[in-house]
Amino acid sequence: MTHASTRASSTLVAATLGAAFSLGLSALPLGTAQAQDPVKIGLLTTLSTNGGYLGEDARDGFLLAVDMGGGTLGGVPVDVLVEDDEREPERGAQAAEKLVKADKVEIMTGGIFSNVAMAVVPKVVRDDVFYISPNAGPSALAGKGCHANYFNVAYQNDNQHEAMGQYAQGAGFKSVYLLAPNYPAGKDSLTGFKRFFKGVVAGETYTQLGQSDYAAEIAAIRDAKPDAVFYFLPGGMGINFLKQFNQAGLTKDIQVLGPGFSFDERLLGAVGDAAVGARNSSQWNHDLDNAANKAFTEAFTAKYARPITQYAAMGYDAAQLIGSALKATGGKVSGDRDGFRAALEKADFASVRGDFKFGPNHHPIQSFWLREVVKTDTGIVTNKVSGKIFSEHQDAYAADCTM
Amino acid sequence: MLVVEQILNGLQLGVMLFLMSAGLTLVFGIMGLINLAHGSFYMVGAYVAAWVTGLTGSLFLGLLAALPAAMVVGMGIEVLVMRRLYTRDHLDQVLATFGLILFFNEMARILFGRQPLFLDVPEMLSGTIEILPGVPYPAYRLAIIAVGILVAIALWLLISRTRLGMRIRAGASDREMAAALGANVTGLQTLVFGLGALLAGLAGAMAGPILAVESGMGEKVLILAFVVIVIGGIGSVRGALVAALTVGLVDTLGRAFLPDLLRMVTRDATADSLGANLSQISIYLLMALVLAWKPKGLFPSHG
Repeated sequence: MTHASTRASSTLVAATLGAAFSLGLSALPLGTAQAQDPVKIGLLTTLSTNGGYLGEDARDGFLLAVDMGGGTLGGVPVDVLVEDDEREPERGAQAAEKLVKADKVEIMTGGIFSNVAMAVVPKVVRDDVFYISPNAGPSALAGKGCHANYFNVAYQNDNQHEAMGQYAQGAGFKSVYLLAPNYPAGKDSLTGFKRFFKGVVAGETYTQLGQSDYAAEIAAIRDAKPDAVFYFLPGGMGINFLKQFNQAGLTKDIQVLGPGFSFDERLLGAVGDAAVGARNSSQWNHDLDNAANKAFTEAFTAKYARPITQYAAMGYDAAQLIGSALKATGGKVSGDRDGFRAALEKADFASVRGDFKFGPNHHPIQSFWLREVVKTDTGIVTNKVSGKIFSEHQDAYAADCTM
Repeated sequence: MLVVEQILNGLQLGVMLFLMSAGLTLVFGIMGLINLAHGSFYMVGAYVAAWVTGLTGSLFLGLLAALPAAMVVGMGIEVLVMRRLYTRDHLDQVLATFGLILFFNEMARILFGRQPLFLDVPEMLSGTIEILPGVPYPAYRLAIIAVGILVAIALWLLISRTRLGMRIRAGASDREMAAALGANVTGLQTLVFGLGALLAGLAGAMAGPILAVESGMGEKVLILAFVVIVIGGIGSVRGALVAALTVGLVDTLGRAFLPDLLRMVTRDATADSLGANLSQISIYLLMALVLAWKPKGLFPSHG
């Protein structure tokens, strides 16, 4: 490498760092006087690409809890280092390496996308760092690949699909048309749905990942005349599908069902009225009636003034879980790994979901709710809890886990 | 009946692809420029339409604002960036215009945030129309087909009946000779580039109510547009029209009927997956077949 290009690349690095700092991705400065060294937490999440809003929400939910604790979690000062994995497994692995080796973080969190998580988590937990996932819940990490240092505070990936399958079964939909992108998570989703739905599958279509136009699929759905359509199309794909499905005039005859991922409050803002009436499943909603949720939603709205998604709620719960364990060990993490782990396993915190505990594979045992998309008097399209689907639901992989 | 509906779907996709590829093929043909950032003009059209519609409540005004916006952005980019690239080789062009994609996508995120914008079909076109007894079809999609046909006719008149069109044709078939004969090639290039951007912007603005208006939306349609201009023959608007409709039909009908056809052959679970995969590559198979038969595309404009 020539001098000129070395200079050019170091300028580039400086510019990138500058940009990162100005965008607020840097480590949180903490103003509190500290009696003990703060516990370092690496928050490695997805902040760029269109999926970046998920990581943004998980980060903001997490930092909100730190904020509400005055720079502490469970009374123990923490230092949160935020990094962007750019939704790339390689980039995620690199950033994790840096956080663990150079910054010496003792706890990590933030994973949104499962493919990135698979490149980050197994390595991190082998290095004796605790990992608390606020979203990504691939089956591999819940079953055979489970690890004593890995906890998932949100769900196993299949759970919301399973809940919708259970709902469709219980609500008496005789035939359901299934739609998902042609990639592993898409297939897992439909498998999860069919684990609990035993009625007729009127059709099962796998679409291209990133597909924009669903006219062909929608015509096929019209032709199949199912009672309901269940789809798992993350992000923009779901917006496209739902808008087009509504424009085709089908929403009045065919009930729209989907996992909560496809109906978060930010997506609903982009779909608008076309989403009204759709039913989806989630372990959380902003209107769940419990004290912890009330405190969270009020604080989040006051600080960020934007609609709250489940990603923000799970980020907040991840911070609360860490706080409960730090409190139990008096701030010891690597000094008392067994004690910290045992404290995490207890999940001794008031979750925004209400009842919450961990199964033997460190994945949640929790309720799943049916949410209906409604339009409020003020014209906002939002989710409303309209019933409970599962109580104490556990994932299907727990039995494969031996720690 | 399903077939009729799917053919309309194919036509509608084809019309959108035509709007995207008409500009792309002219720029490629006249300037010899590979412009990966063409999808960004599509995105500009969609964003401006969504933004203005949000402000005024009228999609018509949104559309009206999107067209000049896309054209101005296109002409600005031509003057600022593209002019420096005409004489460079294709790899430089690919790199520079790829950089532009990153710039536009990040700019959209900075200006409008990461979440997609909301844009809905206007009240007037929000219903469905019964094209045949028992076959309702979204009115908005019919409107897109109609606009596409009008634009195709207007472009044909422009290119075959006007002086400007003559220059464009001359530029497409032999750039140096046209310049030597006194055509103002520099001005022509800016104009053609702006026209291409305008058409892409129109496609984006019309797609807005159907699709998620989000950063990076242009790249999804760009790849199909490149397939179209390769099949149609570089530089030929007529080729782009024929190829766009063919690609739209093959893609839609493939997605609609291939998985079912495969299920007749085999009942096991691989049929679904195989069908999905096959329908995804159907247009690339089409491209390979056309190129084997006519290596320069269906209607090559260079002799």
